[in-house]
Amino acid sequence: MSNTTGMRFTKEHEWVKIEDGKAYVGITDHAQNSLGNIVFVELPEIDNDVCSGDTIASVESVKTVSDVYSPISGKVIEVNSNLENDPGLLNNDPYGSYIAILEVSDASNLENLMDESQYQSYCEEEH
Amino acid sequence: MKKTPLYEKHCALGGQMIDFGGWIMPVQYSGILDEHEHVRNEAGLFDVSHMGEILVSGLGAFAYLQRLVTNDLSGAVPGRVVYSPMCYPDGGVVDDLLIYKMAEESYFVVVNAANTDKDFAWFKENLTENVIIDNVSEQYAQLAIQGPNAQTILQKLTDFPLDQIRFYHFQSDVVVCGIPSIVSRTGYTGEDGFEVYLPSEKAGLLWDELLKAGSSLGLVPIGLGARDTLRFEVALPLYGHELSATISPLEAGLGRFVKLGKDDFIGRDALIRQNEAGIKRKLIGFEMIGRGIARNGYTVSHEGKEIGYVTTGSYSPSLKKNLGLALVDADFSEDKFDIIIRDKAVEAEVTPYPFYSKKYKK
Repeated sequence: MSNTTGMRFTKEHEWVKIEDGKAYVGITDHAQNSLGNIVFVELPEIDNDVCSGDTIASVESVKTVSDVYSPISGKVIEVNSNLENDPGLLNNDPYGSYIAILEVSDASNLENLMDESQYQSYCEEEH
Repeated sequence: MKKTPLYEKHCALGGQMIDFGGWIMPVQYSGILDEHEHVRNEAGLFDVSHMGEILVSGLGAFAYLQRLVTNDLSGAVPGRVVYSPMCYPDGGVVDDLLIYKMAEESYFVVVNAANTDKDFAWFKENLTENVIIDNVSEQYAQLAIQGPNAQTILQKLTDFPLDQIRFYHFQSDVVVCGIPSIVSRTGYTGEDGFEVYLPSEKAGLLWDELLKAGSSLGLVPIGLGARDTLRFEVALPLYGHELSATISPLEAGLGRFVKLGKDDFIGRDALIRQNEAGIKRKLIGFEMIGRGIARNGYTVSHEGKEIGYVTTGSYSPSLKKNLGLALVDADFSEDKFDIIIRDKAVEAEVTPYPFYSKKYKK
């Protein structure tokens, strides 16, 4: 599995990683694991402006539909179109498979997100 | 929440447990897609002990059941299993049942788990003379073994020649693993296979022995998730989806299990009226053309007008397509329509069902 260095995490089980002012957004291993086999991903539209907390994508497993919320505010500049034909990438490599890349307009929400060790304990508490 | 006698087994096997109609049941073990493929290509083992069983016996049993269900039991000989909807006077469905004819005056009725109490109350409410009903749900566990290797595996644990049990027939007192059981060639997957009813306290033993006997033949435990995708691909109805108190069996396309010509039964007048006036809704199958998965309850629309709703929609693991069943206005006759997914109209096309051909051994 791809590494999680520098990632921050939401309570809704998204991850975000900032590189050169761009935010890569995906779902966590915990998320893919509780969803089960992912069979469909609805990607956001390019150029969409989103605020942190907005729905940017939907991820569907065989049984359930789950919204993906943006961890950060910005404009969608790229989507991972590989997920259209191979949604199972989110199961196989959740941290190597971003859903969208955002050009960050406001990074202030990052402070509210968890680092990896905080996220690990959050997941354990949830159970 | 209620637990089946196999609850600990499911947890030990890593089953992901969920609430299903008041029962805590495994939705999956290894993953729905993997489990689904095992049943289609090799074999799968299901704990369906949550299903209810009601014994109906006595001199009046036959006439009593004939009045409760829409199908005709008169041609059934002992050893036969009959599928039938059971209706309210208005033609809505109380439940769909499997009726095992044990003897002329004795029937073993299998009902949906979440409906057991409701069904038993309905049985009671409509009780007639010389009939004894007994809710024996807790005394029985039920295991289903399904898939092309099902017979070979089950045969390892019994001397009874399973070849002699034909499709929708059963045998009582089959000794499986030393346990006297009812064994029927039935199931809910579209594959060949068996359902085994046995005393609850013996369920753990049979579960373990079956998994052992089947390990070299691809047998794995299957959760409710794959049970649903398997039944959906062969368009077997699920109560609460294709059937309900507000959907008649005629609307659900189950007319072949409704014998309007037999003696009076509950719901008959309403169903005759529906037939005469023209059935208002019909069940259709469809494939998504646009990107998206239709889900239960989503609106079906045509040229902006609502024409019905999705009863079941899913990714089909065997066909690798997004498919669905929908209840729509009976006069709708176009090939294409839209499913409203997250406020967007996504195109779908009518396709015949069952989507996957059944592999029954008759």
